[in-house]
Amino acid sequence: MNDKEQNISTGAYIGIWAALIVLTGITVWVAGLHLGNLSTITALAIATVKTTLVLLFFMHLRYEKPLFIIMLFAPIVTLATIIGLTFVDVWFR
Amino acid sequence: METNFYTYSGKHRGILAWILSTDHKRIGLLYLSSMFTFFLAGATLGILMRLELIAPGPTIMTAQTYNAVFTLHGVIMIFLFIIPGIPAALGNFMLPLQIGARDVAFPRLNLLSWWFFITGGLIALTSLFTGGGPPDTGWTFYVPYSIRTGTNVSLALFGVFLLGLSSTLTGLNFVTTIHRMRAPGMTWFRLPLFQWSLYATGWVQLLATPILGITLLLVIIERFFGVGFFDPAKGGDPLLFEHLFWIYSHPAVYIMILPAMGAVSEIIPAFARRTIFGYKAIAYSSLAIALVGYLVWGHHMFTSGMSDASRVVFSLLTFLVAIPSGVKVFNWVASLYRGSIQTDAPMLFTLGFIFLFSIGGLTGLINGALSVNIHIHGTHFIVAHFHYTMFGGTAFAFFAALHYWFPKMFGRMYREGLARVAWFIIFIGFNTLYFPMFVLGWQGMPRRYYDYLPQFQTGNIISTIGSWILVSGLLLMLFNLVRSISKGEKVGDNPWGATTLEWKTSSPPPHNNFAEIPTVTTGPYVFK
Amino acid sequence: MAELAKTSEAVHRDYTGAKIGMWLFLFTEILLFGGLFLVYAVYRTKHQADFHTAAAELSVAIGAANTMILLTSSLTMALAIAAIRRSAKTASIVFQSLTILFAVIFLVNKYFEWGAKIGHGLYPNSPELLAQSHGTILFYGLYYVMTGLHALHVLIGIGLLLTMLILTVRDRITNTDFVKLENSGLYWHLVDIVWIYLFPLLYLIT
Repeated sequence: MNDKEQNISTGAYIGIWAALIVLTGITVWVAGLHLGNLSTITALAIATVKTTLVLLFFMHLRYEKPLFIIMLFAPIVTLATIIGLTFVDVWFR
Repeated sequence: METNFYTYSGKHRGILAWILSTDHKRIGLLYLSSMFTFFLAGATLGILMRLELIAPGPTIMTAQTYNAVFTLHGVIMIFLFIIPGIPAALGNFMLPLQIGARDVAFPRLNLLSWWFFITGGLIALTSLFTGGGPPDTGWTFYVPYSIRTGTNVSLALFGVFLLGLSSTLTGLNFVTTIHRMRAPGMTWFRLPLFQWSLYATGWVQLLATPILGITLLLVIIERFFGVGFFDPAKGGDPLLFEHLFWIYSHPAVYIMILPAMGAVSEIIPAFARRTIFGYKAIAYSSLAIALVGYLVWGHHMFTSGMSDASRVVFSLLTFLVAIPSGVKVFNWVASLYRGSIQTDAPMLFTLGFIFLFSIGGLTGLINGALSVNIHIHGTHFIVAHFHYTMFGGTAFAFFAALHYWFPKMFGRMYREGLARVAWFIIFIGFNTLYFPMFVLGWQGMPRRYYDYLPQFQTGNIISTIGSWILVSGLLLMLFNLVRSISKGEKVGDNPWGATTLEWKTSSPPPHNNFAEIPTVTTGPYVFK
Repeated sequence: MAELAKTSEAVHRDYTGAKIGMWLFLFTEILLFGGLFLVYAVYRTKHQADFHTAAAELSVAIGAANTMILLTSSLTMALAIAAIRRSAKTASIVFQSLTILFAVIFLVNKYFEWGAKIGHGLYPNSPELLAQSHGTILFYGLYYVMTGLHALHVLIGIGLLLTMLILTVRDRITNTDFVKLENSGLYWHLVDIVWIYLFPLLYLIT
């Protein structure tokens, strides 16, 4: 029951969607540039920007209590830690 | 007469009034009874293993049978007893009562969790009698053996997958409940410490169990489709399975021990008749254990061929986990100082817990030291260590909590004298059973073999005799408890004079827990 | 408003609680796929070149098209919730149906994509695939398992959204009681997010 949430107009939603489509186009375009190692990083960075847009607007995180965003860090930090620690093995084996 | 939740008549009758009930108290008791059934099965398997090991060479079973027996003993005890043990059974019963709520946040999901639990358990047991015979991989399901063996591993894995799902949903329910359903005035730092431990456990269940889920699915997919993730012949890396498995299974030991620590933190103030020493330190150390618990899984893989760098890192991180555990032990002991200690059965089990868990924890540091671990890895030293933490720790705390909350759950009291005798036999039997394993392991006796060299026989005989003592104590305790459900002496609502909210309502509690939701004005352990 | 709050209390309707529960569930989904991403990261590190050549076999066009389809379905999902908030039942039904339609189109594309690969003998444990390098075997393994698990989630999403559609038609989801639809939306957006990462990781390796 959040009144702020109701203020997102259809136009704003369509704007976010357009941004997501454009970003998809950019990902495909960047991949064609053959940037080597950098291309993985840009691809993941763009994906993360897209995800943030979806989270904040489509999933209304921007309008929820701060608790939701704080909680969201739990799985992200956990996953990052798990991957990081596993790679201490993978890189140095 | 006021109706309690046993006499309350809901939509269903007979057995359906239990297995379709969304009342957290009934679901808690469903878990309790199903869990104890599985526990007895697991204990029987344990006894058989000890009997096999009474003398070198084949005694009562073949090597293949022994492999199946230790696998099932592990699967049953871990996934069907200790993991759901305190949170799903006692946590379900006590969580809403202790925070002053009428039920958990999602009662129907709670019932669904139990159904996943019982289905998963039955499927895991079915794998014994169907397909290519009982699984023989050990409870860790290590690849590549688990993808090659002809035994019925896939079905067992699917059962465990459902058990994981059940555990995850319970965690989800508890975390939401503690966030949303606390009674007015029940601030975070007025929560009983058992609630803090359930909260921390809930998060571990949520964030670790899915990794187990995907890992088990991958092994099942591997067995059916030969994808190659864990098959060295196709480029797969078996070590990666070990990583994934322990990414869940190490945090899982904190799923097992944290609620035990929480229960102990309830019992100590009640029986020392004074407030707990260092409330916040205990609360935060629960969160710290949950957090650091994620960083140490590699210590299960020191001899598996990991990189040197990661072995050093994991060994170092392992030592960190001792700090919050130590904080708790010191706080419990300090809480006893100048208390008026009553040595009723719950307190005896609690003191047993502190003693045995300390041994288990300190030998954990021995295991965690990289250089020593290379020597004792895969020996009976490890078996002794984790039985001291999981049985001496979790199960002792579970028995303590069971005695403590028995009058709450049933409104009757067990026979105190009998309970103390049972405690004494269990304590003696436990140490006779597991302590020799430290020595045997240190001397080099490997685990998971049905046979051993003749020089290890003395220790094994002592250990097997210990298993008989332990089981007689357990049976005596269970007899006392089961008998007292119907025949125990009726005691009042709060026989211990404890201060937390669950004792403010009648025993057994009414269907809605509280006639009126209480308003909380003080911390949990204020004794006059 | 106070009146409303009072009735909500009576039937235990805690929207924030329901949403916390849903988000916690999504966290478990993140970790579930997270395990797969870890497997992916490890094998890609070990087999850079093989992953590159194997990924070149996948059609970027189909992948990109499916990405846009899912993104659009996320838009219609968000619009369906916005519509029910302002009591526009018909609009919400239309947007929900569109979401389901896009989901089905996604799966149809996926079906043809898998079908073509299987037609070329590229599926787990196929003689064709086993003759290739380890990296290629692992890449296709990951391709099938990751997109397969994702497709399973799309399928579950379709079932979920159909249920919501029926509930909306029957006025069980209204502008005062729409948390079910909102939670289904959260689930649907997460399925979209997973794909946002899968697309570059599987189709765009250079």
